[in-house]
Amino acid sequence: MVEIRPSYGLATLHHLFETTAAQNRAAFMPYWAIGYPDYDTSLEIITALSAIGADGFEIGIPFSDPIADGMMVQTATQIALENGITVKKCLEAVQTLRSRGLTQPMMVMGYLNPLLAYGAEKLVMDAKAAGADGFIVPDLPPEEAHYFAQYCQRENMALVFFLAPTSSEKRMQLVSENATGFIYTVAQVGVTGARDTLSEELPEFIANVRQQTSTPLVLGFGISKPEHARTVNPMVNGFIVASALLREHHHNGKEAAIALAKAIRAAIE
Amino acid sequence: MATPYIQPHSADVPNERGYYGEFGGRFVPETIVPALDELTAEYEKALADPAFQAELAHLQKTYVGRPTPISYAKRLSEMLGGAKIYLKREDLAHTGAHKINNALGQALLAKRMGKQRVIAETGAGQHGVASATAAALLGLDCHVYMGSVDIARQQPNVFRMKLMGAEVIPVESGSKTLKDAINEAMRDWVTNVRNTFYLLGSALGPHPYPMMVRDFQSVIGTEAKEQILEIAGQLPDVCIACVGGGSNSIGIFHAFRDDENVELIGVEAGGHGTATDKHAARFANPDISRPGILHGTRSFVMQNEDGQIRETHSISAGLDYPSVGPEHAYLRSMERAFYTAATDEEALAAFRTLSETEGIIPALESSHAVAEALKRAPKMSKDSVILINLSGRGDKDLDTVIKILGDKLG
Repeated sequence: MVEIRPSYGLATLHHLFETTAAQNRAAFMPYWAIGYPDYDTSLEIITALSAIGADGFEIGIPFSDPIADGMMVQTATQIALENGITVKKCLEAVQTLRSRGLTQPMMVMGYLNPLLAYGAEKLVMDAKAAGADGFIVPDLPPEEAHYFAQYCQRENMALVFFLAPTSSEKRMQLVSENATGFIYTVAQVGVTGARDTLSEELPEFIANVRQQTSTPLVLGFGISKPEHARTVNPMVNGFIVASALLREHHHNGKEAAIALAKAIRAAIE
Repeated sequence: MATPYIQPHSADVPNERGYYGEFGGRFVPETIVPALDELTAEYEKALADPAFQAELAHLQKTYVGRPTPISYAKRLSEMLGGAKIYLKREDLAHTGAHKINNALGQALLAKRMGKQRVIAETGAGQHGVASATAAALLGLDCHVYMGSVDIARQQPNVFRMKLMGAEVIPVESGSKTLKDAINEAMRDWVTNVRNTFYLLGSALGPHPYPMMVRDFQSVIGTEAKEQILEIAGQLPDVCIACVGGGSNSIGIFHAFRDDENVELIGVEAGGHGTATDKHAARFANPDISRPGILHGTRSFVMQNEDGQIRETHSISAGLDYPSVGPEHAYLRSMERAFYTAATDEEALAAFRTLSETEGIIPALESSHAVAEALKRAPKMSKDSVILINLSGRGDKDLDTVIKILGDKLG
């Protein structure tokens, strides 16, 4: 692979959050499922999101039983599975996106079983070679992560853990000690999905987490429109939009999804 | 002081992180990790509380009808000409299956924790019915997730649940069966975790569920051990139970785990045969089933080479699940228990045989255990003893069996 980026993994994420902090804003990190609505289009959409100013990406690997996901991500990843998308194919997608000039951080996001089936060490090595920067695994809490984390640590790849509004102070410390790259803060008690309003307890939750850690916080679950982005922009280091973009694509097509992303990105400028 | 009804920590597994050797654990979204911590702590407290133990014991006796008897299957044993076969009659427990032991225990725990809303998943509907029953008895609001395929083939149980005031929520995702009902119940729990108790129906899922369900079901083995010593004058040479998620089997195995001369045999659903891909025998074929993570626990999982979960098949909805409780994977790895499979055809034959020889119509799930006894008994001596856990009654399966056997009888 041609090295087109000055750094990768933890260093790249560190650089991202330094840059956005200097610009006094949060990083916009959309999610897209590889293979939705089909393989080629998913890559085109990610490329288009890159062009409208996305700061980083969550690259979704499909799983047959995604227990942390609401209907929209379930639907998109189910279609991806029907399109024959595998872990290998997702890593190929990352490599192809890099070869097309995409420079933003890319986090591979998937449930644990397909990742283990691929092989933890092989996955970390191959993802690194393909140009990914780290992993987000929603069913892997820090207590269970040692096996996977050892390879991430060795290769300077990020392994992100989650904190939720239900997390105790003790768990905030545990996650803070173990998370690398950033902490994925869950904006809503629940599964992923577009929502009309943000949770009222969000400011207090983020304030509590901030007291326990200096690791960058990236917020996800339910951030769906420009006004949400404006609200969370001063609170966190980055935010993820997933279901709202998929839903927009589902109802109104590719251009509409990109237009929504563009409006969200403009809201934090 | 009387022995507690459920004896805490009566086994060396799991460890404090919920591991049975290399199996088990807690692979779940962060949102529910604190709830699992709370559940573990409250469960321990409940076990240490004589009032909780007494209430469970009282309800098991006066409501469920425990202890369930052991029956000597005399005509069946004589017909086979070998080992004497005894049946632990969980089919005689209220609601017609062992599921009530766990549902009642967990519902009491929910009440104790002040969680008015309980959710459950169900495949064949037996755990759903048991949960709806316990919820009606204790005045809890019960919501049961059930795949729409299962709803269509288990109408009487759907009606039973509704009759007892439970809401039955159809699940349309994935294969629309038990696996997907568990997915949906977990999503509900992730969303409503603050006021909701997840009443999980088998010895699977994240810690503490496999331990807690085992403990609540261990009453089966505790009773059976005492009864078989009294009736047969010896421990069984072989103890056989069917294994879906594995709660009835772990419940009867548990009491015998230190009795090395008791052979423990789990029978999985062999479907169309374990050489095909239409079965639910997780331990049978390493090409399509190997250790992995499903529903929060590490165990044997039927999956394709890319780690996607496979669809399973069994004539019995209760065994139709792509993973198996982690303690079974552990017992197998220790060679303390052995696992085999019975095909749909063998289970159906056993269903008929037990009905004809003993006047007991077994659940199709339990028929798998009976099928294994039919294979073994003739090869064993007349003074040897087989104990079968007859985990449920077969009335719920009559629709299924009528479709297959209807015109072949009479």
